[in-house]
Amino acid sequence: MVARAEPRTLAEKVWESHVVRRAEGEPDLLYIDLHLVHEVTSPQAFDGLRNAGRRVRRPDLTLATEDHNVPTLLIDRPIADPVSRTQVEALRKNCAEFGVPLYPLGSDDQGIVHVVGPQLGVTQPGMTVVCGDSHTSTHGAFGALAFGIGTSEVEHVLATQTLPLKPFKTMAITVEGELPADVTAKDLILAVIAEIGTGGGQGYVLEYRGGAIEKLSMEARMTICNMSIEAGARAGMIAPDATTFDYLRGRPKAPSGSDWDAAVHWWSSLPTDPGAVFDREVVIDASRLRPFVTWGTNPGQGLPLSAAVPDPAQIADPAARSAAERALEYMDLVPGTPLSEIGVDTVFLGSCTNGRIEDLRAAAAILQGRRVADGVRMLVVPGSVRVRLQAESEGLDQVFTGAGAEWRHAGCSMCLGMNPDQLAPGERSASTSNRNFEGRQGKGGRTHLVSPQVAAATAVTGRLTSPADLAGIPGSSTVNA
Amino acid sequence: MEKFTTHSGRVLPLRRSNVDTDQIIPAVYLKRITRDGFEDGLFAAWRKDPDFVLNLPRYQGATVLVAGPEFGTGSSREHAVWALQNYGFRVVISPRFADIFRGNSLKGGLLTVELPEDVVERIWALTDSDPDAEVTVDLQSRTVDFANESVDFDLDDYARWRLLEGLDDVGLTLRHTDSVDAFESARPSWMPRTVA
Ligand code: SF4
Repeated sequence: MVARAEPRTLAEKVWESHVVRRAEGEPDLLYIDLHLVHEVTSPQAFDGLRNAGRRVRRPDLTLATEDHNVPTLLIDRPIADPVSRTQVEALRKNCAEFGVPLYPLGSDDQGIVHVVGPQLGVTQPGMTVVCGDSHTSTHGAFGALAFGIGTSEVEHVLATQTLPLKPFKTMAITVEGELPADVTAKDLILAVIAEIGTGGGQGYVLEYRGGAIEKLSMEARMTICNMSIEAGARAGMIAPDATTFDYLRGRPKAPSGSDWDAAVHWWSSLPTDPGAVFDREVVIDASRLRPFVTWGTNPGQGLPLSAAVPDPAQIADPAARSAAERALEYMDLVPGTPLSEIGVDTVFLGSCTNGRIEDLRAAAAILQGRRVADGVRMLVVPGSVRVRLQAESEGLDQVFTGAGAEWRHAGCSMCLGMNPDQLAPGERSASTSNRNFEGRQGKGGRTHLVSPQVAAATAVTGRLTSPADLAGIPGSSTVNA
Repeated sequence: MEKFTTHSGRVLPLRRSNVDTDQIIPAVYLKRITRDGFEDGLFAAWRKDPDFVLNLPRYQGATVLVAGPEFGTGSSREHAVWALQNYGFRVVISPRFADIFRGNSLKGGLLTVELPEDVVERIWALTDSDPDAEVTVDLQSRTVDFANESVDFDLDDYARWRLLEGLDDVGLTLRHTDSVDAFESARPSWMPRTVA
């Protein structure tokens, strides 16, 4: 990404507009417009500042919330696990000492950091956004350059509001055609990852473009950009357009009046210029996609739900074959078993991938008038308190609890099982989160990644099920929203 | 940060690809608020198996981890780097690293070296026949030496210089505060702030 008069990509424009300092043989020093902070990856960074006698340069461009570690039940009581409590208390103490605004447990703006930023309107096109969390890529849905950083970098941004960075390469993922009615953004991104592999995006910023992407809502775009990291990419981006502006207008931190006009003027100049060259291009035909689920222990090990568990013996590449063998052993699956016959114990609806209001609405529409199967536990964990309140105002909580699901408070919850929401060893879940790694949702737990719609249908039958296969199982098709 | 110039040590062969950060250190071990003590969590789930390579007596004291491709995929947790360092590793060799893990490791002084798959295979084969065989990683010359081989590796000059000097990025950037001030004064006033 060097300065040039030629046509430029969205990512190059955002990069160039944030270079604070460029010197031969050194990484560019980039300005950071927004730094999101949570309890798990920040304590050592604040300690670093304290030890060096440094302050936070721009507390007003920094925002903290509590999400990874917090319970989703009994949130008005002190956190039961003393180690979790210490970490959350450390964040509160650090934010108070350094003047960083914090939305703690109990606040109406608490929630998963990547749900909170967009809903406040603090994530905007053309910005650089970082957080000590890999799914910061979510914010790229707005046309921001947003990426996860480690704790040393968290300290660097706190102290300087900048980061030294080597340029990324650019990859266009063009999704042509139209998504079939029962195929969601989650299915699309799982299919993209299966296509390019968990290392396919390494070193790249992905730009999702094409007709199928332009038609997506902001929430669906966030689902897509969220999982860019599962393809190995640093960031994913989507060009800002009328959908983006409509989402932002009127949000608490969005500009207003003449500022709004100035902002829209700049935002409108950001999309990739015609003729701009990407380092790599991938084209996907949306019309051929089907509901997609993972069968293995990395997010690239996925297939259409109508397929069967693959046979490692048929995989030519030796590394992929042994990875598949290991995965099937861990997942306790037999090659040739139809995916739709895999039974689950738990359904998890939530996370920064699929814990927003549209996700809850889609799942509730399927559960309305139906029951969660006997022996299946379904956890519904809104991505933020605002999502929870909105869902309650629409009666969605009643649909979930009426079907036999648990309605929880906001947080990361079973996405990573740092709080008490975990799978027991050997338990199997259908999960709307983003990682099916061994033990991710609890030691020995087995995870199948799915869309909210597949999660809801799976809850009804107790085995991996696409909503279309619920025909014949009575239920109402709409929710009173 | 501790300087890194050259390191010789025995090898732990980890014959797996896609070793993700949840395997390197599961989330339940991330609750500590210090930078040390994370060795307990290193490969915690796999370590339950007495036959897991980390538990084999022949590899005790190894300081160079040699793994399959896509090492360190997953979360941005720098705890993964700390866990490896706290346990005693100084170098990780893999055909390919996830970007964030690689960035974290180089900032924290854990040298990550990308070598082609066939070289990784040869190092594994060497340690199979002789678990005491040493690998030498020289950052000055950017070479890895083992048995009778010497293989070059890539690392950009800037990252190499920082590691050789043991320099802290924050200190380096604070030398350019004037540039940051100038950039800030030109930012549009409508850009969002998190406090009212
Ligand atoms: S919901 Fe999951 S992926 Fe998202 S920030 Fe929380 S732990 Fe990370």
